[in-house]
Amino acid sequence: MSELSAVKETISSILDRYDRDKSNLIAILQDVQAEYNYLPREAIAEVSQALDIPLSQVFSVATFFRAFSLKPRGRHSVHVCLGTACHVRGAASILQQMEKEMNVCCGDTTEDKKFTLEGVNCVGACALGPVVVVDGEYIGHVSVNKVKPLLENYD
Amino acid sequence: MVTFKIDGKEIKAKEGQTVLDAATENNIEIPTLCVNESVLPYGACRLCMVDVTKGKRKRTVTSCAYEVAEGIEVDTKSEKVIKIRRMVIELLLARCPESEEIRQMAEKLGVTTTRFKPDEDGDACILCALCTRACREVVGKSAISLINRGTEREAALPFYDEADDCIACGSCVYICPTGAIKMEDKAGTRTISWPNCSQEFKLKACSACGFYFAPEKQLEFMAAESGVELEKLEICMSCRP
Repeated sequence: MSELSAVKETISSILDRYDRDKSNLIAILQDVQAEYNYLPREAIAEVSQALDIPLSQVFSVATFFRAFSLKPRGRHSVHVCLGTACHVRGAASILQQMEKEMNVCCGDTTEDKKFTLEGVNCVGACALGPVVVVDGEYIGHVSVNKVKPLLENYD
Repeated sequence: MVTFKIDGKEIKAKEGQTVLDAATENNIEIPTLCVNESVLPYGACRLCMVDVTKGKRKRTVTSCAYEVAEGIEVDTKSEKVIKIRRMVIELLLARCPESEEIRQMAEKLGVTTTRFKPDEDGDACILCALCTRACREVVGKSAISLINRGTEREAALPFYDEADDCIACGSCVYICPTGAIKMEDKAGTRTISWPNCSQEFKLKACSACGFYFAPEKQLEFMAAESGVELEKLEICMSCRP
């Protein structure tokens, strides 16, 4: 099966879950993103065609929400909390150390597609600050020295 | 009909009419940039702000999107309204310092300089969405849209290069209030340049005189929409019988 028809099939099964209803666009895009880890261009085009929504409208929605990514993301998402409580406990230097270890800028994905590094404004776990969230798992009291061993836990 | 007061004058207006339309009909000028009779009200530029008093409550609203109502009192020139307009135009002056249209509007509002740091990107787009609205509501294509958000917001083609839906009609160029979208016809090719993306389209030569007179995709679209044979549309206006 060619890659494009595989995309068509995957999108089709996602659309069926939502009765191919236009008003479920965001939920559909969320499912597409869960499937591919990002929103591939072919997938966006397929969703637009199947739901009969102009491509520009789907693209507008896909670029509006931070939760959607148009670029392939890493296998692990690393969110460094930059909220006030974490900030005063040195979140900026944690992020800097992360960028150095991964050799990427905040918001980007490592070349080997292992990590996607992002800064977030508050994860609501201020007592644990500085907090890093890896694949949804909260890791508290992170220090600059703990960054390297922390990242070595993931493959 | 509803009766209401505008700048102390009592006037009558049709139900469902906007305050802006009623004011214009009564020769009261309210500045706007994002209004066009061909598309629905949107309220993007915020220049048409007016004070509306309804009962005991006073609000500042966009007159282009606010419907007239019985007994309301509208003030189009209050101190607060003037202050808002001046602030808005000052911000726009900083956003597109090279735009002649913005400069003229600023002058009209008594603003000549801006306290904000001017943008250096040379982009005259004020994000009024007239282009995307005309494309969607008038042309019926929705080839462009406003993408991203916050400071990254811009009018663009999907993926910046996907012009499949665009028929190159140039409505977006025509309706743009600041000239941010450019169009050039040269040697059988039409180039439309939106902020940050640009596309080329083939023009059709008139089957009688050979003059490149319209984009191929627009003629195909017109033929499909109207049911008129494509061959009949492939003759320019001056050659048509």
